Amino acid sequence: MCLAVPARVVEVDGDIAKVDFGHGVLRKVSLALVDAKVGDYVLVHAGYAIQVIDEKEAMETLRILEEILRFSEE
Amino acid sequence: MKICHVCGTHEWVIAHFGLRALLPEGVDVIAGPGCPVCVTPAADIDSVIKLALEGVVITTFGDIFRVPGSNGSLMDAKAEGGDVRVVYSISDAVEMARKEPNKEFVFLAIGFETTAPSTAVEVLRGAPENLSFLISHRLIPPAMELMLGVGDVRFDGFIAPGHVSTIIGLKAYEVFPKAYGMPVVVAGFEPLDVLVGIYMVLRQVRERRPRLENEYKRAVTWDGNVRAQELMAKAFSVVDGFWRGLGKLPRSALDLREEFSKWDARRRYGLKPQRGRDLLPGCQCHLIIIGKIKPIECPLFLRACRPDSPKGPCMVSFEGTCRIWAKHALMESTTLSV
Repeated sequence: MCLAVPARVVEVDGDIAKVDFGHGVLRKVSLALVDAKVGDYVLVHAGYAIQVIDEKEAMETLRILEEILRFSEE
Repeated sequence: MKICHVCGTHEWVIAHFGLRALLPEGVDVIAGPGCPVCVTPAADIDSVIKLALEGVVITTFGDIFRVPGSNGSLMDAKAEGGDVRVVYSISDAVEMARKEPNKEFVFLAIGFETTAPSTAVEVLRGAPENLSFLISHRLIPPAMELMLGVGDVRFDGFIAPGHVSTIIGLKAYEVFPKAYGMPVVVAGFEPLDVLVGIYMVLRQVRERRPRLENEYKRAVTWDGNVRAQELMAKAFSVVDGFWRGLGKLPRSALDLREEFSKWDARRRYGLKPQRGRDLLPGCQCHLIIIGKIKPIECPLFLRACRPDSPKGPCMVSFEGTCRIWAKHALMESTTLSV
């Protein structure tokens, strides 16, 4: 139920956005709960964007995860 | 050493990627009440089944479609001729009601704080006259408080649910380290997110310094989604709520505020509060959803109760612990040992 999937905003029309879930899966979602612009990544739950993903933090998490992976391979 | 999470998606990630097998000896993760479908009272399912059989169109999320009420599920009601429609989003229910003004629609609104804001949006927008809402939303922090009060379930820290936290923020968990000395780490949903979350809890325990930490910084902030919180506060009041198999928890549920009562399905159809049959004989869901026992300790698990013929709600939902364990039983042999 609480599953939320990241998607990139490709078009905004009022509080409706067309988002790209990747692999060409496009869908209209509601932006009633967030301020998002084209290019932002949002978390989508049941047709509503519930949060804008912080790209800087996402990259930092990826960096830490890669570090852990490297560490575990050594 | 035990760590308690309260999210069906976390349980799925842990089972799917075999994370329990990677933990050091003596460290275990238990699943708390993190499956909203599993804690939705049978009485609410009974109410919408009754309406469906009386000719009202019932719309709801797929997760609850097969969950048994006291006598059968919404799927059974559909088989008996009821018009039950699974929707991806509450906005689909609004759209259907607009397109078919001659029919009465009810949306069964289930889910935790991740889902409740979308219901609030549609309530505040003013739904079509022929649509009403049966609100059965529940809140996560009271469920975590419940876990702390279960005398014979002991654990050393919480992994808090990432997506609920995008809405309610870190601040909602402040009470746990402060008042209960219980470590809390909000974690995301990649397998490494969960592992790092577990590591962060263990580090707090080792340092004997319980605090609130955020592993899921890319989506969760201290304040959470303030707009969503404001919309929820406008549409709903916080009330005591009945949790399937667990009983009544204080201030753990949402209900429509008085000014929106014309969209309240309970009022519109005169649905009286009632007690449904939450557990079938032998079903141990009430113990499984508080992590007191593991699915394999239930006498029905993978015998009388299977994913294709579920007896209890935990075996129906994709976020139910029994369903997840059943699906992964062959993939992760370590979870089969108690």
